[in-house]
Amino acid sequence: MLLDLTIVEAAAALRRREFSARELVGAHVDAVAALNPRLNAFITVTPELALAQADAADKALAAGDAGPLAGIPLAIKDLFCTEGVRTTAGSRILGNFVPPYESFVSAQLLRDGAVFLGKANLDEFAMGSSNMTSAYGPVENPWKREGSNAVMVPGGSSGGSAAAVAARMAMGSTGTDTGGSIRQPAAFCGIAGIKPTYGRCSRWGIVAFASSLDQAGAFARTVGDCAVLLGSMAGFDPKDSTCSERPVPDYLAATKRGVRGLRVGVPAEYRMDGMNPDVERLWQQGLAWLRDAGAEIVDVSLPHTKYGLPTYYIVAPAEASSNLARYDGVRFGVRQDGVDLIDLYERTRAAGFGDEVKRRIMIGTYVLSAGYYDAYYLRAQKVRALILKDFTDVFAHVDALLTPTAPTGAFGQGEKMDDPVAMYLNDVFTVPASMAGVPGMSVPAGLDGQGLPLGLQVIGRPFDEETVFAVSQVLEDAAAFSAMPAVRA
Amino acid sequence: MSLDPATVRRIAKLARIRMEDADVARLQGELNGILGWIEQLNEVDVEGVAPLTGGAQIAMRMREDVVTDGAYPERVLANAPDRAGEFFAVPKVVE
Repeated sequence: MLLDLTIVEAAAALRRREFSARELVGAHVDAVAALNPRLNAFITVTPELALAQADAADKALAAGDAGPLAGIPLAIKDLFCTEGVRTTAGSRILGNFVPPYESFVSAQLLRDGAVFLGKANLDEFAMGSSNMTSAYGPVENPWKREGSNAVMVPGGSSGGSAAAVAARMAMGSTGTDTGGSIRQPAAFCGIAGIKPTYGRCSRWGIVAFASSLDQAGAFARTVGDCAVLLGSMAGFDPKDSTCSERPVPDYLAATKRGVRGLRVGVPAEYRMDGMNPDVERLWQQGLAWLRDAGAEIVDVSLPHTKYGLPTYYIVAPAEASSNLARYDGVRFGVRQDGVDLIDLYERTRAAGFGDEVKRRIMIGTYVLSAGYYDAYYLRAQKVRALILKDFTDVFAHVDALLTPTAPTGAFGQGEKMDDPVAMYLNDVFTVPASMAGVPGMSVPAGLDGQGLPLGLQVIGRPFDEETVFAVSQVLEDAAAFSAMPAVRA
Repeated sequence: MSLDPATVRRIAKLARIRMEDADVARLQGELNGILGWIEQLNEVDVEGVAPLTGGAQIAMRMREDVVTDGAYPERVLANAPDRAGEFFAVPKVVE
């Protein structure tokens, strides 16, 4: 069955000419046509483009000069600018924006022969943990609670990217992660997702949310497939001044290293009062799997963990209020006319932004405003330094950390919608690694009592994605996660 | 500290977001809920801690101050809501 193959398997089969790229991509184009009207995982679909790219991949395969991802159909989060293909960031304000350039990361994937099925749905400007803030409608998680037809959220912000891969509409996808936007939806949708170190992937051409936190990464159904995708996406780009010049290692090779002799830390502060018992049980199971595979499990402390989220909700909105100042109805995007220029700005932004984006811009504007900057923003930057120090200190003693990815499995559409802070708490386990800029990966590891998938998070040292992949692969092998979502092609 | 309606309006003005009177009370409640939750950072001792300003633990890379890109006004203007020749157009600004 073409739709259930991994990227690694499909790439090998394409080279053996067991099937053509046209057949592989065609099956996924059909899956998107069949399921997207229900799941809404894509804002824009590009079937003709995908089939043309598939034909080009078949030519390259026949000629023997195909790239490593030739003919592999992917979904691209609609936050990556794609030349000639509308890029909305999930916002009304960019509803008519057609980029005249390609983001660095998506250009890397195209260089390697990847095929793009379309632009994946997301929370507006990547601000959200449920995909409910998209101006293009929510995404349905293909998983269901046992015995229930309630529509579950796929997580966010990269909810469409995760749902598309889980439902077998795409073999892999790109995401971005600012506070958990790859790892949490990966956990909610029962797939793997990697947020690499800040600076590993270029931010150039990705619609900016919080520039000191935003980082591109990959979703796929296996750890190995994420390794292959990240190996293509990562690399030096002079157009992003924070992009690393370090060479990109062979991540797929790193997945085979095992964990014998590695020290894996268990941060005490991630064990919260009233913790979901299924999540707690799976965490202990994950530690046992790693111990059985030869790792040494070490209790560690990250004392500023509880301050990660409130720090994030100063730093990220502050940066967002600055980054989103560009949406003023003058150079691109949807304009609302006004009686004068200020009125034009105010009407354009009131009509173009949704409620969550407005809230965050307002919070960011306030914490940066005269008289409040020191009390909020400067203090948050200092706490952020302490959070980084927590990680630096523990990584002197351990090679990786193991935590749950999210406090619960997926929740239903309409739940947690009344209180912004209740929604923010979804990211309690993912935000600290974002604040520190270190890599993190979510691996599907089991189901909760309701039949919904849960993820385990592996956190590594800066630029040590290889160890993250090695630990994640051991978890994937031990978990042998084979449950399937209720809705799939 | 708690935001009053006048402060909510002032923030909206600074952020250049038009706000209807009916929205002020709702946003006041939401913003105060978020800011109240953020107040817990006051319990952290940050004495002598240098602020962390960026995500990358590397020195900012510099490049030569030269023109490396440009000279394609049609591409730059392709998404403009309004234009006049090779310029973005806005309503007349009169001081």
